[in-house]
Amino acid sequence: MTESRSASPRRYAIRLWSVHHARALERIYNGLAHLLLRLHPMFAALGYQRFEPPVRFLEAAVKKPLFGCRMCGQCVLSSTGMSCPMNCPKQLRNGPCGGVRANGNCEVIPDMPCVWVQAVAGAEKMAAGDAIRQVQPPVDQRLGGTSSWLRVTQQAKAPSSLQGPRR
Amino acid sequence: MTPSPPDRADGQAASETSGRDINPAGVHLPLDPLPGHASRGRLERILRRGEFAVTAELNPPDSADPDDVYDRAAVFDGWVDGINAVDASGANCHMSSVGICALLTRMGYAPIMQIACRDRNRIAIQGDVLGAAAMGVMNILCLTGDGVQTGDQAGAKPVFDLDCMSLLETIRTMRDEHKFLSGRKLTAAPQVFLGAAINPFAPPFDFRPLRLAKKIAAGAQFVQSQYCFDVPMFRDYMRRVRDLGLHEHCFILCGVGPLASARAARWMRTHVPGVHIPDHIITRLDAASDQKEEGKRICLDIISEVKEIEGVAGIHVMAYRQEEYVAEIVHQSGVLKGRAPWRKEPNPANEMAEARLEESARAPDQALQALAAAAAEPET
Ligand code: SF4
Repeated sequence: MTESRSASPRRYAIRLWSVHHARALERIYNGLAHLLLRLHPMFAALGYQRFEPPVRFLEAAVKKPLFGCRMCGQCVLSSTGMSCPMNCPKQLRNGPCGGVRANGNCEVIPDMPCVWVQAVAGAEKMAAGDAIRQVQPPVDQRLGGTSSWLRVTQQAKAPSSLQGPRR
Repeated sequence: MTPSPPDRADGQAASETSGRDINPAGVHLPLDPLPGHASRGRLERILRRGEFAVTAELNPPDSADPDDVYDRAAVFDGWVDGINAVDASGANCHMSSVGICALLTRMGYAPIMQIACRDRNRIAIQGDVLGAAAMGVMNILCLTGDGVQTGDQAGAKPVFDLDCMSLLETIRTMRDEHKFLSGRKLTAAPQVFLGAAINPFAPPFDFRPLRLAKKIAAGAQFVQSQYCFDVPMFRDYMRRVRDLGLHEHCFILCGVGPLASARAARWMRTHVPGVHIPDHIITRLDAASDQKEEGKRICLDIISEVKEIEGVAGIHVMAYRQEEYVAEIVHQSGVLKGRAPWRKEPNPANEMAEARLEESARAPDQALQALAAAAAEPET
């Protein structure tokens, strides 16, 4: 009960921390993307399928606590100031709805800071923060629960080989 | 109670202006497509011609009686350029926007069909877009939608399969590329003028103009704003919109409306998501002897200020449960400058339906035979 009265209860603290450190996380992410791309020959030789379970596990272990990640399988964190849009009760991918409260909290969950107010703040810190201005396509529900890291890597190297979910 | 609609002394000018939006071959015929126009609708024509547009919101009935819709539309007759058919606004159950549009287009009104992403997924929405366009809907407004928690069915499952941005893009793709989101081809594309909503009065303020830019990139051709009660805030927003040059790519209609009382204003600002009412408005209402009258006067004051702001192409009047005052407000504000929006006219679809009925009446035997043949066919 005491939680709901403060502006940002503890359960959102880590997410807010991530947004606050969006610039550093962006760098780490870029490094990670680089590393995964270097591993592509191995993934390709042994089959991406085979790496799906361990990478998915690792990705979830890192992203769930840091971002409240829901494993949508089509990560847009780098376009949303490191604030995961799947935590928005309306799961908006393209910016804040018109219901944001005057204190910057969510229309639907009054004690939660609006995911998109955070996203805008995070994007301002990032080097490539302007990506927040791109129009994002709707979520492909088939990709839920799969690794976005692997997908992005595979897409970058062999875009044509990618079709549908890989479980 | 109901004020009589203001007299129209400008009948001459009226017929002249609306005459430009009539097919010379007959009032019942569809308008010719104009170069650069997305729709054949009159709202788009008015805006593109640079005239100050007026739209209003129809209070959706909680009934299955078509007369309820027609009665509520009648008070706008000849005073507005488009009637918004809301899609369960505030997440409250009402007659659907598709249903309201079906009734309005049958009578030849010009509805602006709202689509909220809250209640339907992409399959349902794309189907509704085709159905609506087939009925004669020329304007579609794409919204995210209020959360289900605000409405009378708080236990409902929120859908939000698309968001307003991907909804805009989806309909634009249907219109311009003649295909569904999936890529499947359409044989006839919906020719619609695409709109969206803006809320300059909610955080994050710096991002709001960029969000409008994004909506324009996704396909928005006109936008209607949330209720404007804070003119300086709106002016500031518009300044940044102009700096980005957005007003040249999109028609911006400012949302206005009369507050019924100070109590109603207080209720609205705590219960309706995204509505910002500054304290001084409430103080002014509180101090008035006739609060309803004062509410109207505040609305008129706001209109007279916002209509002068560069980049404002019109107003959108939301007079919830005070719809009968819309004509008066529009008249007294003088925003139409003597122009009279067209009144409803016969819908060509009616004639088509009649012709079809006649046809089947002329050949009843044939129809029966066809039916019998179809029934005899084994199911595959
Ligand atoms: S207020 Fe923010 S987090 Fe809440 S529904 Fe709207 S955009 Fe999503």
